[in-house]
Amino acid sequence: MEVLDKIKRISNEPYLYASNLKQVAGKPIVGNFCSYTPEELIYAADGVPFRLFGTKNDILLADAHLQTYCCSLVRGGLEDALKGNLSFLDGAVFPHTCDSIQRLSDIWRLNAGFAFHIDVVLPVKLDTQSARTYMIDVLNDCKSDLESALNTRITEEKLWQSIRLYNRLRQTLGEIYEMRSNDPDSISSSDLYHVIKASMIMDRDECLALLTALRDELKQKVNDRTLNKNKRIILSGGICNHPDIYTALEESGAEVIWDDLCTGTRYFEGEIEELGDPIEAIADRYLTRIVCPAKYLTVTARGENLVRLVKDRNASGVIFMFLKFCDPHSFDYPYLKQFLDDAGVPNILLEVEEQLPSDAQLKTRFETFVDMID
Amino acid sequence: MTDPAIVKDPEKEKRKIKSVSKMKEIMTTYYIEAKTARQNGKKVAWITSGGPVEFLIAMDVIPVYPENHGAMVGASKMGVDLCEKAEAMGYSRDLCSYARVDIACSVTNGGPIGGLPEPDFLVCCNNICGTVLKWYEVAARHYNVPLFILDTPFIHTTFSASARKYVIKQTYEYIDFLEKQCGKKMDFDRLHEVSKLAVAGLRLWQEVLDTAAHKPAPMTAFDAFFHLALIVTLRGTQIAVDYYKQLRDEMKQRIADGIAMVPNEKYRLLWDNLPIWYRTKWLSDKFSSHNACLVGDTYTSAWSGIMDLLDEDNFIETGAVAYSSVYINVSLDIMLETLKKLIKKYDVDGLVMHSNRSCKPYSFGQYDLQKMVMKELKLPTLIIEADMVDARSFSESQIETRIDAFMETLKA
Ligand code: SF4
Ligand code: SF4
Ligand code: SF4
Repeated sequence: MEVLDKIKRISNEPYLYASNLKQVAGKPIVGNFCSYTPEELIYAADGVPFRLFGTKNDILLADAHLQTYCCSLVRGGLEDALKGNLSFLDGAVFPHTCDSIQRLSDIWRLNAGFAFHIDVVLPVKLDTQSARTYMIDVLNDCKSDLESALNTRITEEKLWQSIRLYNRLRQTLGEIYEMRSNDPDSISSSDLYHVIKASMIMDRDECLALLTALRDELKQKVNDRTLNKNKRIILSGGICNHPDIYTALEESGAEVIWDDLCTGTRYFEGEIEELGDPIEAIADRYLTRIVCPAKYLTVTARGENLVRLVKDRNASGVIFMFLKFCDPHSFDYPYLKQFLDDAGVPNILLEVEEQLPSDAQLKTRFETFVDMID
Repeated sequence: MTDPAIVKDPEKEKRKIKSVSKMKEIMTTYYIEAKTARQNGKKVAWITSGGPVEFLIAMDVIPVYPENHGAMVGASKMGVDLCEKAEAMGYSRDLCSYARVDIACSVTNGGPIGGLPEPDFLVCCNNICGTVLKWYEVAARHYNVPLFILDTPFIHTTFSASARKYVIKQTYEYIDFLEKQCGKKMDFDRLHEVSKLAVAGLRLWQEVLDTAAHKPAPMTAFDAFFHLALIVTLRGTQIAVDYYKQLRDEMKQRIADGIAMVPNEKYRLLWDNLPIWYRTKWLSDKFSSHNACLVGDTYTSAWSGIMDLLDEDNFIETGAVAYSSVYINVSLDIMLETLKKLIKKYDVDGLVMHSNRSCKPYSFGQYDLQKMVMKELKLPTLIIEADMVDARSFSESQIETRIDAFMETLKA
């Protein structure tokens, strides 16, 4: 598939893609680390929101700024910035989330040397009226900050245009996810991983065109659904930058058919209502979407959501996967596990250090897990 | 008893802080009261150390501080065992050890005081970290009690007008929450009284800390770690005010009498980050053996650091801003300013930074602070990698070597 090949090329060489985009289209590229980044505002300011995943290679320069007990996303992201690998970036937007990102923002601002740096100090709780008001204020502040940083004006017209585009993008991603959930042979999980990753870095207009083409192509495919006997698994956690686990899992007789990841469903879930004030509409998506563990909705929101997902998606197990040293996810893990155990859903935890375990080790763990499922 | 074998060294006796016994007495009474609150028909709230406790005191609720409990666990060297229990429950070893030991105590009723009294409700202010939010969620599930979150937006460059509005609004929501939990109205006159006592307590605490600016210092940061407990647990009460008056007067008397805590104080050092609770004595002896005295620290001065922002006559509004501005809720460049002031005030010869695995918001960025301090002030610095409660992260030989080497450079 030509479309898919193109997407994979971009996902495999994101920096090359971004440099070209900047040179050819002259668009400012705006780095970010988190699914709470108000991308709609960046797009409306004619910028390209570019999700950073951090290098997995040797951390040398970042060692002078961050202790080893910091997650690899934060360390790897800083390493890339200090090494000059991100020279295509015009600046970065840092939504406030976990303690590690909070300090990374300071260190980045003081050391990375990009033209602009915007902190978006979001509320940590998303369950009250005053938090909503504050969220709206913060997004408005972010809008003005972007306007001065990118020397442009974000008109209401442009905002609505951006919102419409993002709604279509997210919808299309959702449709592709649905297709896979209904028929796992329609697109492999590792391909889908490339799709979502590319969606977080590409020029979003180009991205929408590609995703639409992909969705239409996938619709044409007819598979015999009775042939796939793999166990249906949900992947839950933070950032997933490790497509290699999919193959090992499939070889063990299971596959990921849905996820609860920041670099997965959390990226596209929730539609922005195309009504009223655009900034309020953007805020309301954040307030209704399922929370990440660094934000508060209720004390059991994520657990209930996960159990519901398992049911709705007809899944038979959950793999928790998050980075070592990640406080928000590590704190939620015992209770999420408890919720699943109580509901009789087998689950395992894969805590990811800078490098994944070897394929053989992964397979052994997955095989044991798949055996648990019966 | 007059056992001739334990004749006390008069030199050492002279140096001991006499108020310590009073302090212990107050803390014991406080914990007994907290543990018997139920019987006495009083409500108990768990609250984070940076949270606005004044409102609880005004409502006659007994505040209990899991972090202070964590420190007690650490000081009584029970940390490792309880950390391991939490890990067996699925909590990663990489999480804050205060949270780990406290969660383990909740379930096992372990620790030096057999666990904290159960809360009727929880008050979590995230002005110190994101960990407390997750930790209090765990507690809210475990005890199945209401949780109030006071969200204090982090200050990277400025405290925005929207943030100010948001925190003030939440302060009123906090009062509503308390009224609902306690089934009675807030007595604003009482709150005013409590605010006055809180501010007075903070001022006195600062005066206590300030005495260490004298050369030689009548007390060290290790003493400050110990005497801090009241400004955390009993801020807003007459007890704290009276005690710190007594302590301040004792310190002033020591200065007058020429009593130094470190006998031959020659090198003055500033400490950064939380104490290493299970090794305070060892560290204190270690530094003393080099005639070095930790005269100040960023941790115990964090509470009083905001007192100038507080107006007791407008506590609700000024408190919101003050509580958002505490030392670790601000960016590295703002922290540097505070650090510089402390370095100047205490006239120190070096900075010792505890890189504390448990506390990411306090520790990440220390390397940058270190570089800035060395560059701008040419001040020698030392970083010690450890953990405040989990002794498994403390390597004595390594730390000893580093301290010795650091002291050699200071002496050179
Ligand atoms: S877990 Fe939350 S804070 Fe971390 S990347 Fe995901 S959305 Fe952002
Ligand atoms: S949420 Fe976790 S993985 Fe994401 S930056 Fe924070 S610590 Fe790292
Ligand atoms: S992470 Fe740091 S500030 Fe937060 S509770 Fe632990 S020690 Fe305290």
